[in-house]
Amino acid sequence: MEIPKSFLGYKRENGRAGTRNHVIILPVDDISNACAEAVANNIKGTIALPHSYGRLQFGADLELHFRTMIGTGKNPNVAAVIVIGIEPKWTKRIVDAIATTGKPVEGFSIEGVGDIDTIAKVSKKAQEFSMWASEKQREECPMSDLWISVKCGESDTTSGLASNPTVGNLMDKLEPLGVHLCFGETSELTGAETVCEKRGKTPEAQAKFKKTWNDYNDFILKEATDDLSESQPTAGNIAGGLTTIEEKAFGNFQKIGGCQFIDVLGPAEEPTKGAGLYFMDTSSAAAECVTLQAAGGFNIHLFPTGQGNIIGNPIEPVIKLTANPLTAKTMSEHIDVDVSKILSREMNLSQAGDELIKSTIRVANGRLTCAEALGHKEFVMTKLYRSA
Amino acid sequence: MSNTDIIIHDEKDNVGVVVIEKITPNQDCNCWIMENDKSVSIQSKDEIPLGHKIAMVDLNEGDTILKYGHDIGKVVTNIKKGEHVHVHNVKTKKW
Repeated sequence: MEIPKSFLGYKRENGRAGTRNHVIILPVDDISNACAEAVANNIKGTIALPHSYGRLQFGADLELHFRTMIGTGKNPNVAAVIVIGIEPKWTKRIVDAIATTGKPVEGFSIEGVGDIDTIAKVSKKAQEFSMWASEKQREECPMSDLWISVKCGESDTTSGLASNPTVGNLMDKLEPLGVHLCFGETSELTGAETVCEKRGKTPEAQAKFKKTWNDYNDFILKEATDDLSESQPTAGNIAGGLTTIEEKAFGNFQKIGGCQFIDVLGPAEEPTKGAGLYFMDTSSAAAECVTLQAAGGFNIHLFPTGQGNIIGNPIEPVIKLTANPLTAKTMSEHIDVDVSKILSREMNLSQAGDELIKSTIRVANGRLTCAEALGHKEFVMTKLYRSA
Repeated sequence: MSNTDIIIHDEKDNVGVVVIEKITPNQDCNCWIMENDKSVSIQSKDEIPLGHKIAMVDLNEGDTILKYGHDIGKVVTNIKKGEHVHVHNVKTKKW
């Protein structure tokens, strides 16, 4: 198949392009969720991103909170942003950082005003943003404007056999076009960590990966009461035939095809070394991982599943594929791309990769994913440790 | 091409993965080795569901299970060729 050279995206002020055109109402903290949701309910074409944290965090955990908030606002799938916090200082910090993209952003704080007047004030601004964004048109964008993140979930052996290698095949075909790519899941590379380390393109990238994985492993050894056998592999993984974390890891690793990663990103960190594959240090919990990747600036997500994970994200469309014929049948409303014919050898990996590329472009052009149509918008902050 | 019942990733692997809804005891199964596109056959001893693994050779306690050509764990109870390989007879080497 000849790979298309372009897709239809929304060009943004900073030169990036979005596959979506969201106006988001972003609460800085848990107690501002109510305001944000009330505004999104008032004003059509806006979406609130409620979450559970943002108070009394400190140190690296607070920095991660800011990075996730700011990165979410900066994501090119977002046309304009309203930030609401309880107090003005942290709200302003987030607004100022998002404003560097050139997109419309405005902050509001609730203290001294109360919910009701804040909602009225914010609703007026949100209406203005929503109507402004509604006039944005899709334009032809080069494939290199796609920033693709990947993460698998509810994996089983069909993931390692077929759906993950299908994603790997897509990466092999799109990497030469200058696409940004990102994989994560530090914990789920356990068992394949030395093989993965060797995929670093430079000694620096390899060393950075090694340190990231070791830090994670030290943390597990310190915090774990027993071992991770109870949660890795998960009950769903075991039901699907996966026996050990090593088996899961080598299956997981198939997602990057033959690509080498050029750098290792912290959670929610934006890549700065140009096009190519990046590893991001993330949890393997689906919603946390995708939220971090979206905050890193990735604008379309590929999610292979075995037993049928149903996750979505509010700003980054999540495309699901499966090679498990039972999942494709019993959970068809969640599956965008069925590659189960690989197992019956009616389809080869390259054909499956082509199908996935076609679906990715359709979704980039605006086709709703199953998760979007079903209303999945899991926005989950990663918390590093308890608050003060 | 006859139907494929079991797929083996790598020629070195000592387990294969069932890719039909299930295989039943004493079923003659067609296996496809992805790495070199070769076909082999095996007779099953157990009922094994989709996605689960079958032992391609006799395995003894302490042996290493190879899949994708890599070490994915150790045998904790002897396994006969054709038997189901899973959490009851294989454990991680990590923890």
